[in-house]
Amino acid sequence: MADVGGSEAPKKGGKKTIKRKVVRIDMTPMVDLMCLLITFFMLTTAFSKPKIMEIVLPEKIKKDKDKVEPPKIAKSRTLNVILGPENKVLYYTGMVEDPKNPPPLQVTDFSATGIRMVLLEKNRALFRKIDQFRNDVISGKINIKQDSVESAIRKLKSDDDTGPIVLIKAYKKANYGNFVDILDEMSIIGIARYTFVDISWIEEQMVEKTLGITPEPAAKK
Amino acid sequence: MPKIKLPSKTPFIDMTPMVDLFSLLLVFFILTATFRQQEPAPVDTPYSISEKPTPDFNNMTIVFSNDNRIFFNVDNGPDTLLKYRNKILAEMGKAYNIEFTEQELRAFEKLGNSIGVPIENMKAFLNTSDTKEREELQTGIPIDSLNNQLANWVLYTRQINPNVVASIKGDSKTEFPVVRKVLDILQDKNVNRFNLVTNLKSVKVEEEQTQQ
Repeated sequence: MADVGGSEAPKKGGKKTIKRKVVRIDMTPMVDLMCLLITFFMLTTAFSKPKIMEIVLPEKIKKDKDKVEPPKIAKSRTLNVILGPENKVLYYTGMVEDPKNPPPLQVTDFSATGIRMVLLEKNRALFRKIDQFRNDVISGKINIKQDSVESAIRKLKSDDDTGPIVLIKAYKKANYGNFVDILDEMSIIGIARYTFVDISWIEEQMVEKTLGITPEPAAKK
Repeated sequence: MPKIKLPSKTPFIDMTPMVDLFSLLLVFFILTATFRQQEPAPVDTPYSISEKPTPDFNNMTIVFSNDNRIFFNVDNGPDTLLKYRNKILAEMGKAYNIEFTEQELRAFEKLGNSIGVPIENMKAFLNTSDTKEREELQTGIPIDSLNNQLANWVLYTRQINPNVVASIKGDSKTEFPVVRKVLDILQDKNVNRFNLVTNLKSVKVEEEQTQQ
C-alpha cells in the first residue's frame, strides 16, 4: 500500500549519505471510494426543482347565502374553449343563445399552430401594442431602463382591456395535462382575462355531436 | 550486445490531482444535494413555461396519480420545532375518534413523502416499517361526499398553519372529473389560489406569428 522509495541495496564504497525517502501512498482505494460517493450524490440530487404555475379560480357563489349575481361579460369578447377527449380542443365565440341551434364548434389541437393561433388572432391588438412599445424603446421615443422593459410589457399584458375573455371548460373525457396545457397557453399568449367554468349540458352535447361520440348511457343504480 | 535491463519497478501514477478533483466534486455535490423525494406512486407532471420554483415550506401538496388515487403531503413549517405535521394528525385523529400515541405522531412527522392512507388505516401504516406492507396500505385518501377525508386534511392543515399554500401535483393522464373534484373540495374550503406543479418547457411566441 504505502511504500518508501529508494529502498535499493546501498552502493559499494559505503559512503554514508542520508537518503531522501519519498513516502508514497497508494490512493487508488480512496479514489474508488470517492468515485462511488460522487456517483451516489449525482444520482440522488434533484437539480431542477419542480416549477409551479399559479392559478386563481373565481370564488364560488353560494346560491342561498348571498344573492350575488355572477359578473356579466360582453358576448363579443367571449371565447369558449372546451377541452375535449384525445387532446382535442374545441372552441366557439359568443354564447349559446338557442339550444336547438347551437353555434358550430371548431376543432383544433394543442400544437403551436392549433389553439395558439386562434388565441393569437384574438389577442392581436395587444401584440401590436407590445410591438409598438418595443419599437418605441429601440428608437428612443420612450426612455426606459433596459431592466424594466420586461416588467412594463407584463404590465401592458395585465392591463389589457381589449383582449378576449376566455372561458375554459372541460369535457369529462379531458385529462389533467390538457388543463395545464390550456392554462399554459394563456400565459404564453398573455391573455389577461380567463377563467375556468363548468361545462353545461348543451355544450357537452355540442362536443359529442361535433366529434361524433355516442354519449354513454347514464349509469343505472 | 549489452542487455538493456528494465527496472522491475511497478509504474506508479500520481493520483493526487485526481483525488483533489474528486474531493472538490464530492464537496460540491454534498453541499448542493437536496434529496429527491420518493413518491408513493409515479407521477408524470405536465409541462408549462412557468419558472417559479416550488416554495420550501408552508406548502401542502395534493397529489393524484394516474390510477386516480389521491395523496396528501404537508411540511413541518418554516421551523421543525413547530411540529405542524404532528398537530395536524392529532386533529385528524380527534375528528375520527382515533387516538395516536406520541410514537406514532413522531413517525408521521419524520415521514417525508406524501401519504395516501385512509385515516382508519393510519395506525397500522405508522406502526409497520415494512415498505411492502406500507405500499399496500396506500390506497388513496377517500374523497367521496360521504367520507371526504381530503377535505378534513385541508381544513385542519389550514387551521394549524394559516400560511399554508395549496399545490396540486397531478399526473397528466389523470381524467378530468378527479381534478374537478379536488378543485371543488379546495374551493369548498375557500382555497381559491393554487399552485400547479409542472416541469419546465420553454416556448416562445415567434415574432412572425404575431406580425401576420
